[in-house]
Amino acid sequence: MKKLMIGNEAVSRGLYEGGIKVVSSYPGTPSTEITEFLAKYDDIKSEWAPNEKVGAEVAFGASLAGVRSACAMKHVGLNVAADPLFTLSYTGVNGGLIVCVADDPAMHSSQNEQDSRHYAIAAKVPMLEPSDSQEAYEFAKSAFDLSEKFDTPVILRMCTRVAHSQSIVEIGDRVEIPDKPYVKNGAKFIMVPANAIKRHVVVEERTAKLKEYAETCPFNRVEKADSDIGIITSGTSYQYVKEVFGDTVNVLKIGMPNPLPEQLILDFAAGVKTLYVIEELDPIIETHCRNLGLKPIGKDLFSPLGEYSQETIAKAFNKPEKPTVKADTVSPARPPMMCAGCPHRGLYYTLAKNKITVIGDIGCYTLGAQPPLSAVDSTLCMGASVSGLHGFLKANSDAASKTVAVIGDSTFMHSGITGLVNIAYNGTNATVIILDNSITGMTGHQQNPTTGFNIKGDPAGKVDLESLCRAIGIRRVRVVDPYDLKACDTAIKEELSVNEPSVIISRRPCVLLKYVKAAPPLAVDKDKCRSCKKCMSLGCPAISFKEGKAHIDATLCVGCEVCKGLCPFGAIIKEEN
Amino acid sequence: MAASVMIVGVGGQGSLLASKLLGAVLVNEGYDVKVSEVHGMSQRGGSVETYVRFGDKVYSPIIAKGEADYILSFEKLEAARFSEYLKEGGEIIVNTQEIDPMPVITGAATYPENILEELKEKGVKIEDFDALKVAKQAGSAKAVNIVLLARLAKRFAISYDKWLEAIEKTVAPKFVEMNKKAFELGYNL
Repeated sequence: MKKLMIGNEAVSRGLYEGGIKVVSSYPGTPSTEITEFLAKYDDIKSEWAPNEKVGAEVAFGASLAGVRSACAMKHVGLNVAADPLFTLSYTGVNGGLIVCVADDPAMHSSQNEQDSRHYAIAAKVPMLEPSDSQEAYEFAKSAFDLSEKFDTPVILRMCTRVAHSQSIVEIGDRVEIPDKPYVKNGAKFIMVPANAIKRHVVVEERTAKLKEYAETCPFNRVEKADSDIGIITSGTSYQYVKEVFGDTVNVLKIGMPNPLPEQLILDFAAGVKTLYVIEELDPIIETHCRNLGLKPIGKDLFSPLGEYSQETIAKAFNKPEKPTVKADTVSPARPPMMCAGCPHRGLYYTLAKNKITVIGDIGCYTLGAQPPLSAVDSTLCMGASVSGLHGFLKANSDAASKTVAVIGDSTFMHSGITGLVNIAYNGTNATVIILDNSITGMTGHQQNPTTGFNIKGDPAGKVDLESLCRAIGIRRVRVVDPYDLKACDTAIKEELSVNEPSVIISRRPCVLLKYVKAAPPLAVDKDKCRSCKKCMSLGCPAISFKEGKAHIDATLCVGCEVCKGLCPFGAIIKEEN
Repeated sequence: MAASVMIVGVGGQGSLLASKLLGAVLVNEGYDVKVSEVHGMSQRGGSVETYVRFGDKVYSPIIAKGEADYILSFEKLEAARFSEYLKEGGEIIVNTQEIDPMPVITGAATYPENILEELKEKGVKIEDFDALKVAKQAGSAKAVNIVLLARLAKRFAISYDKWLEAIEKTVAPKFVEMNKKAFELGYNL
């Protein structure tokens, strides 16, 4: 059957047909849909884990027990899961284990554009890299056999353009793989030095075998042409090369970027006059070629920054530019922003008004950094707000009265808890604000341990944030409604002034949740509006300034009334009818 | 037939459904199809673009500058922002609705006036109309995506019924009639 699928759906279909039984992941753009699609199959145990490390370890446990398993994450998630990954390389697997990782060149929705291929090299595990949905499906399906044959976890590397592009996939049927028995084997699975020393030898032997396999494996292929030019490429770059050159140049398409073949590359290079390596991000294949004594043209012509396209390649090869028409008037930028009625807005407004330094974190609420609120001072990685605030206050304890950390409910579960433990243990007067909107927002509404529901939407265990914070040792824990600006102001001022750590839980569900019903839109009484623009300081997309007065777009307004509470002249009213 | 269609607008306007329907119809017609979209951060009221390419064989999932046969724009300013992606002789189909971006809301920038006229003067073929009004006639402001898709459909040699079939298969049952109405109104405009 032929079906148009995004790469992530194709991965999930491949894993499904390959006999996967357990998947555990933390959502992260552009990897999230892999696990969401797997959750649609009833014969797979699918879970959202609190973070990627837990997800990888759950996959490890399932593999140990004898079934095929996987975990999926975005590139920076692999940093979190790196600890289990590196030693999983030593233990190897029982049931096949696939680590799906999605890189985000051009940072459409990420804080950096690291290249995950470094992890495959460093952890000494094979990596597969598809270039479209059909390959994503095929590679995911055959990755299990590869994993079991070579007794190793396999990394399946996606990138945004493969993960989120739809192309046609010819799908098949699920293979029923009998569970392998669990047999106690300490020498393989107890990684204490005496055993790990021996397993490292196994890892090196495995790498040698994988290198040999890479020479003839079905993931790498040569496309011959009558040309002096040879291009080695992989992933989505392959599609751009084909778009520009069709079948007119020699192409070595790498589908297994680790370990890379040697003889295959040397033979390919020997058959061409000029050798190019075209790969997004870091020069991994290029460096490998140089180590083989070749002199390819690579990063001296192609940038290590951002995404490529057919245009990038056409330009590099001096192809004539396509004619374009551009308006002379500059289009103002349209950055993403917090939605109308977003519960984070009221809290951020209060922080900005009081000129508080805000150590931020990763999620929708990172958008509080945008003007006009400009309420965030730093964003590093998941969980860094809480631990970062502690460090900030250790360096300058006087800052405790004007500095806070903000972190979402899901991010707090992910890696904020340990930071809070550190605050309680090592003692700073920190004020941590948990922005609890009852969902993992930015990645598109995934459940998490605080929401009370699992990945299938069924009732599940629910972490009680207040009790958790108290159990950690924080005595001052209070809850505010971020729509209530006065309550926010009082809570923030009081908690910043006390001489002990405190947690403020700013609680209100995301307005985009289906069960959240919008109130009737508000309107501006033009006679009462004195054009002070105080409402505009909220940065609400529903409020604009038209013909000298504030104006509320009734199609966007959800009636949260935060602006109504702010207007000094009572000009914002509930619309009649 | 082979073509590249760029769908642009503001996050939340429903461009994903338009590309999904377009993709489904084209696959059904036997074309090789690639659709590329970006999820996540850019959905939050930011500028969004989706690429749909089809033909006998499609390699790249993205459209580069000067390559789009059609730009389907859900918002006026976005049509101008992406106009340089239009191929020579290509056409922009645009909803004249204005949605202020944050720099305009905060007063850091102004919403450009006469931007479509400026492009027309430069020889760009543009069909501009109030798709929001048509969508509201069909019963929902959210049907702007279907109204615009219908205008594009009119330019393809694919039968009218095939589009309705795709709507029936793709859209949630309770919205099928409204969307079919929006398609009909858009198509016969």
